[in-house]
Amino acid sequence: MQPHLSWDLVEDVRQMLAFPFMVNALRAGTLVAVVAGAIGWVMVLRRQSFAGHTLAVVGFPGAAAAIWLGVATGWGYYGACIASALVIAALPPSARRGGLGGFGEESALIGTVQAFALACGFLFVSLYHGFLSGLTNLLFGTISGVTGTQVQVLLLAALPCLVVLAVLGRPLLFASIDPDLAGARGVPVRLVGALFLLMLAVAAAGTSQITGSLLVFALLVTPAATAHRLTARPALGVGLSVGFALVASWVGMTVAFYSPYPIGFWVTTVTFAGYLLATGWRLAADRVGQRRRPGSAVASAAARGMPA
Amino acid sequence: MSGLAALGVLRTGGHDPASGLAHMLSHPFIVHALVAGTAVAAVCGLAGYFVVLRGQVFAGDALGHVAYTGALAALAAGIDPRLGLFAATIAVGFGLGLLGGRGAANDVAIGTIFAWVLGLGVFFLAYYTTHASTGNSTANVTVLFGSIFGLSAGAAATAALIAVGLTALLLLIGRPLMFATLDPAVAVAAGVPVRLLGPLFLALVGATAAEATQVIGALLLLGLLAAPAAAAQHLTDRPWTGLWLSAGLAVTSVWAGVTITYAAPRIPASFAIIAVATALYATALLTPRLRAGPGRTTIRPGAASPDPSRAAAAGRSASGGRDAVSDGRDLGRPRGRPAGGRRRPAAAAAGGPR
Repeated sequence: MQPHLSWDLVEDVRQMLAFPFMVNALRAGTLVAVVAGAIGWVMVLRRQSFAGHTLAVVGFPGAAAAIWLGVATGWGYYGACIASALVIAALPPSARRGGLGGFGEESALIGTVQAFALACGFLFVSLYHGFLSGLTNLLFGTISGVTGTQVQVLLLAALPCLVVLAVLGRPLLFASIDPDLAGARGVPVRLVGALFLLMLAVAAAGTSQITGSLLVFALLVTPAATAHRLTARPALGVGLSVGFALVASWVGMTVAFYSPYPIGFWVTTVTFAGYLLATGWRLAADRVGQRRRPGSAVASAAARGMPA
Repeated sequence: MSGLAALGVLRTGGHDPASGLAHMLSHPFIVHALVAGTAVAAVCGLAGYFVVLRGQVFAGDALGHVAYTGALAALAAGIDPRLGLFAATIAVGFGLGLLGGRGAANDVAIGTIFAWVLGLGVFFLAYYTTHASTGNSTANVTVLFGSIFGLSAGAAATAALIAVGLTALLLLIGRPLMFATLDPAVAVAAGVPVRLLGPLFLALVGATAAEATQVIGALLLLGLLAAPAAAAQHLTDRPWTGLWLSAGLAVTSVWAGVTITYAAPRIPASFAIIAVATALYATALLTPRLRAGPGRTTIRPGAASPDPSRAAAAGRSASGGRDAVSDGRDLGRPRGRPAGGRRRPAAAAAGGPR
């Protein structure tokens, strides 16, 4: 039967859920969105969005190698992402800072690593004959290929990740906002940072399986950045971030199901629109706040200087 | 350096390699690949050197995304993908230049925008594959990862001519651009049109990205822009030596990559080229730096300090807000050469005496 969209939204959802692959995709999308929203919020706070992007890009050769070697792609994603997170965590702190657009050699090094990772992925895809059509799915995501096992693996990866995040919450927040003070108070800053990178690797590997390796920004960074635009309070921020990621994931999948265009486009478009709206709202709110209290210009300037 | 070794074999002329090489050059598609690849690699090396020196590597990444979307938009519209490629990359490059070309402050915003641009590319891809009657499924792979061996004689000649033109333009603005990069404040005072040079340069980088997309693809062009340039910067402090070294390393990567693919056809050329470029960069990282003599212009304020870990620490304060602090410190510092100015405040802060 050919699904077609009607004005009866309940009927639309029922029609969509009649397909087992859609149920799997929605379960996977929900799991991924919760993890990505929560981890992503801390990541944006720590200004490590570029590490997240690099980890996701490294997931692509991992998955391609897994397909070439004939094992499940999940192994490739999680293996490559966690391994590279360990490498990043082992690097001296001076070599880790600075995103793309940082200065000179360092961002050049990151750019080279990314290009090399993508090139390796292309090599594995080429070595595995007849898989060139799957290349687009690995890079830009798909809703049709999610298996029941994959959902279980995502769940198995997501649960410990969220538990550790909850346990680690306070010291992690402290170490992210003021590492020097946290270190002086006895928080093991380096260890907390390394644990967070591992969680980030799990989140990036999971997100890559839904949005594709190149579009992880859509679920991992953009909802979190939107939440940071709206509030500086941690609990509310994480909640908003998870909420935005869930909405983006569900809407993206539903629209991708009913339209000929892939999920990667819809998820990026939904989250980007949300980000633009939040940025506009922030600017307007700042302006109104300034007009109302002329003396508080400094305070609102400080608010705007928040990590975006 | 495998590429140079291959070259040495070529010159001294061992029997087997020489005849193998003659055999390789007897294929027209190899010759086309080498002609276009050499010209494009040279312009990538030259432009990339300035890109890395100016701290604008993000622009290379962004222009790669834009190149993908531009090419697929053109395909979806049914016109020559090269038109979309050049129009999109040059326009966005110029625009980035007008914004100041400084993405360091806020990588989240930039990443978000360019993730959406890539998403838009996926939209055009789906439109193209479902609507175009002549749609072929390899177009996507070709744009993403290039097809240096797929260039026809005409396409190769066009790409080479455009690359030569771009090289000429780059060299034409090279001297003022180098001045404006190393010392923007003094350059402004000396009457160099710094505000015009920025957008013009990034527009040139855009055109370079469009060229490189045809050879190694939109996803990998960052490697050919960044790796040879960063290797050259690591090997020498002299800006002009570094510029030519960067071009030489890029060309070497392409030659070695093409040769490797010819010898082992299962390895894609784009991978081989990036692998060689990465290997050259890794080798450079392990090689001690050639130091500039006294009184020579160097790309690093305080490069006389022999400690490389300081240079590594240079990017530590790269992200956003803290730069204002180092800016302030710069102003108060009595130093012989004004240190880097606005573009490289972190480098200035890390390189100077504490």
